[in-house]
Amino acid sequence: MFRAAWKSLLSRKLRLLLSGMAVVLGVMAVSSALILTNSLSASFDSMFRTINANVDVQVTAKPLAESNGEDEDNAMPQYLKPDAITRVAAVPGVKTAVGQVDANGARVVAKNGKVIVTQGPPRLGTAWRDGDGVAELRTGTGPKSDDQVAINAVLAKEGPFKVGDTIEVLTLEPKKKFTVSGIFGLSGGRDSVGGETIVAFTEPVAQKLMLGQPGVYSSISVTAASGQTPAQLKTAIAAALGDGYVVRTSEEVAKAQSADVQEFLSLFQKFLLGFAGITLFVGIFLILNTFSILIAQRTRELALLRSLGAGRGQVIRSVFFEALIVGVVSSTLGLFAGYGVAALLKSLMFSNLSEATLSFTPAAVIAAYAVGVLVTLVAAVVPAIRASRVAPIAALRDAAATEKSMVKITVAGAVLLAAGAGGIAWALFGSLPGSTISLVLMLGVLLVFTGVALVTPSVARPMVGVIGRAFSWSLPGKLGRRNSARNPRRTANTAAALMIGLALITGVSVLAASLNASMEGTFKRELSADLLIIPDSGDATYDPEVITRIKNLPGVDKAIGLYGGVTADVTGKRVWMTGLDVASAIPILNIKAKAGEVRALKHNEMLISQQFADLRGLGTGSSIKLKTARAGEQTFVVAGVYAPQELFSEPLISDTDAREYFQSQMPGVGAVKLKPGADEKQIRKEIEGMLAGSPEVAVASQAEFVKQQSGQVDTVLNMLYALLALAVIIAIMGIVNTLALSVLERTRELGMLRAVGLSRWSAMRMITVESVVISVFGAVLGLAVGTGLGVAVVRALKHEGFDELAVPWTRMLVFLGLSVVVGLFAAILPAIRAARVNVLQAISYE
Amino acid sequence: MTSTAVAARADEVWKVYGSGEAQVIALGGVSVSLARGEFTAIMGPSGSGKSTLMHCLAGLDTVTRGEVHVGDTKVTGMSDRQLTALRRDKVGFIFQQFNLLPTLTAEENILLPLSIAGRKADQAWFDTVIRTVGLADRLRHKPTELSGGQQQRVACARALVGRPEVIFADEPTGNLDSRSGAEVLGFLRNSVRQYNQTIVMVTHDPNAASYADRVVFLADGHIAGELRNPTADAVLDTMKRLDGAGAH
Repeated sequence: MFRAAWKSLLSRKLRLLLSGMAVVLGVMAVSSALILTNSLSASFDSMFRTINANVDVQVTAKPLAESNGEDEDNAMPQYLKPDAITRVAAVPGVKTAVGQVDANGARVVAKNGKVIVTQGPPRLGTAWRDGDGVAELRTGTGPKSDDQVAINAVLAKEGPFKVGDTIEVLTLEPKKKFTVSGIFGLSGGRDSVGGETIVAFTEPVAQKLMLGQPGVYSSISVTAASGQTPAQLKTAIAAALGDGYVVRTSEEVAKAQSADVQEFLSLFQKFLLGFAGITLFVGIFLILNTFSILIAQRTRELALLRSLGAGRGQVIRSVFFEALIVGVVSSTLGLFAGYGVAALLKSLMFSNLSEATLSFTPAAVIAAYAVGVLVTLVAAVVPAIRASRVAPIAALRDAAATEKSMVKITVAGAVLLAAGAGGIAWALFGSLPGSTISLVLMLGVLLVFTGVALVTPSVARPMVGVIGRAFSWSLPGKLGRRNSARNPRRTANTAAALMIGLALITGVSVLAASLNASMEGTFKRELSADLLIIPDSGDATYDPEVITRIKNLPGVDKAIGLYGGVTADVTGKRVWMTGLDVASAIPILNIKAKAGEVRALKHNEMLISQQFADLRGLGTGSSIKLKTARAGEQTFVVAGVYAPQELFSEPLISDTDAREYFQSQMPGVGAVKLKPGADEKQIRKEIEGMLAGSPEVAVASQAEFVKQQSGQVDTVLNMLYALLALAVIIAIMGIVNTLALSVLERTRELGMLRAVGLSRWSAMRMITVESVVISVFGAVLGLAVGTGLGVAVVRALKHEGFDELAVPWTRMLVFLGLSVVVGLFAAILPAIRAARVNVLQAISYE
Repeated sequence: MTSTAVAARADEVWKVYGSGEAQVIALGGVSVSLARGEFTAIMGPSGSGKSTLMHCLAGLDTVTRGEVHVGDTKVTGMSDRQLTALRRDKVGFIFQQFNLLPTLTAEENILLPLSIAGRKADQAWFDTVIRTVGLADRLRHKPTELSGGQQQRVACARALVGRPEVIFADEPTGNLDSRSGAEVLGFLRNSVRQYNQTIVMVTHDPNAASYADRVVFLADGHIAGELRNPTADAVLDTMKRLDGAGAH
């Protein structure tokens, strides 16, 4: 029996290759995600271990707010006074204790005038330490005076800078000029751990610019005397210092450092695996269809085997055996293709990690085969059962495809569809705990897709009839339309694959369009600025003097600078705040009072939103104690509660207070309102001139700003399109496959048509119409399902920024048009094949 | 109607497959003329080349040497496009099976060649044909809803409705029971008698051949004889003789 299965496998190589391609692409997506992220994660671990190798224990001050494992920069770090170093050095077993100055936020202006940005890695500013065993000078020296800095090789390359060059650095203070005294890399020849930039100042400069206070340290690096383990030393130091300090072994530090990266990598992995899942799901339809058709073609052969005594189990096993072989071969190909894609992704997205090496991690290999084989076997279940039901007598009959009732499958589909829609509604509008929402939602979407796919056959005939009417003006068109309605199950399966891809594409399009429309509406309603000062990143700032000077320009009505800062409440929870000149901000940001007064704030007064008031149980006149970065604990009195705003909901304090309390004493965002009739162009030019020293911020009109924002949404959207395109490609392969098999099945019919005078061209047109009808059918379903999903999600997020629903009709029309192109494209090879049908061979039956 | 009395003819037609040792001669210089308004049957044992001859005459297959004419038109040397047009406009076909498109109704199947050509049917002639084949109440049916005999009658109507120069029928009764076969054959003979249609039928059934006006016998790629106004017995005798000759 296996020999028969093997033989039939070999004789249908091409067919199986096509169905296998779906598995290959799916496995490729899975394995590339795993290979890339696992390899990177391993190499990050080792790199962090390396840079901490020369330290045994690290001491830091307990941050004001708990870091809860997130970004440590936002945990409001506290700094160490010199006496802490003396106390640590005095602990028995300590060999050396060195104070370090180390913080994110040293931004360097490149030679082209633009600030060097890193995608993810920090931009560090440190105090130079000779011979710390980590940094290794390549040229020049460390900074010898306060106007010198040493920079790492990444900066030297990006600048480009060489020793002796002047370099401008933005820190907690406005832009300052230095001379490059030296360039360093990491010991071991690496440029950096992960593409981070480092500026090394002298200690006093680093303390002032990076930590904002003279004479303090961000951490103490401790080495152990011989005979002391890091763990023993840690216990001893922690005991000696008492409360208020965090003491960790270098192993723990490395783990914490890499945790950030690992978190990003695991998110990235989940993202890629999500798309791999979609690809595989779509692939199942293709494989299922191929196996079904192959078995339909082999009805006689299977019946013969049955009449010769093969049991039903044997037939099932032989189909599974074929599926197994296809699965294993495809998984192997997919695994190797995945390695290639991982290498490509690495060079595109992680080019600064050239040191990281990719390898076939066990997880990737196991997942590739498990997923590939499982998906193929799942797809083969239905065809296998169908094959086993072939009656022995069918060998003697002419195998006419008997049409089976579609009632059962339609009912099953409707039930799944209802369950899925219920699940989606439950996830979106119910009160599930946060962690299960996405799971229920995904399951719901999966059920909806399966349900729609099962219902599709029963709507295929009428819908295909309607779609095909557009092509019925010619005979080949009519024949093509009829052919596509001929086997509703097959047409439906083929179209369903396209439906899924397009539904997801349409869904995210609806989300993006709604997000953009909502954003635009919000800005229109809440923002009445003529000009905005926009930072390029979260830590970008500009000189506060600029706002004062803008206010003095003729034609300017109001100008505000917004200071971002974080404080901690008594429990150590972070509280984000904004400092601004409220009196000037009222007409620009349209702030209205809900309770109390919205007016210029006095010292230690605060305006809060309704959400904040509810969350903290505050009202007008009540007070709250908050720990600030620069001035310790302060008590703020609530002056008023402002009416709900989409753009911000954090507590507001005066800009004077902000400069006193926040870590950064410079504003990041700004807004300007002009007097009626003012020359906007001229004023914009002047503001741009004032901001020449702050290359991280740009001036934009409100319209430009809105455009920038929607541009960001569109960038994400385009990325999603690119990833979802994989699912569409598989669907196209499905159409090609179905058509090719149909041509094969109908060779005699084609021969007869050609014999009675159908030209080659018309035969090609007939196949093309069939293809276009199938693909438009899938597209229409996809657009409908996708719009439904998109609308549901938008409605569910109504109170989270999606207050407007926008359906991108033009874009959807384009998708419909593209589906025609897809149909035309998919038809090319099958149509050529149909045109080449040898009339004589097709009609002879001897 | 064209002036010549010959609907189709083959002149010294050779059909050779392969070359050298593996060479097979399917037709070895066959010349035959098919008179207009006549029902001709081509008979011969398996491998005699009768189907090949028909395929060559119908423009379905190319000849190695010699010439084929349909009416006044020289078929030999035509391009695929010209051959397609010839089959569409001047030739009708009836095959043993797979005659009809399952997606089309009986009526649509009958009108298929005309639709392909983009021509309208002559309504009076269409009605006549339908009446003759007795399918008036079956026009809206799909092929799967028709019996084998009915399907074959639809195929006959399809061949007739375009009034082709000549209809080629390849074992048209091969898949039918004798009663349905007789119906179809009677109908073919009628259309020759009543409407002056030219029909060429390939068959190995002496009984079917007896419906023809003339039987041309083929053996080993050569014309091996002919009978006019044959009876089934006469055909059978000739066949036996040919088989016997072939056995030596």
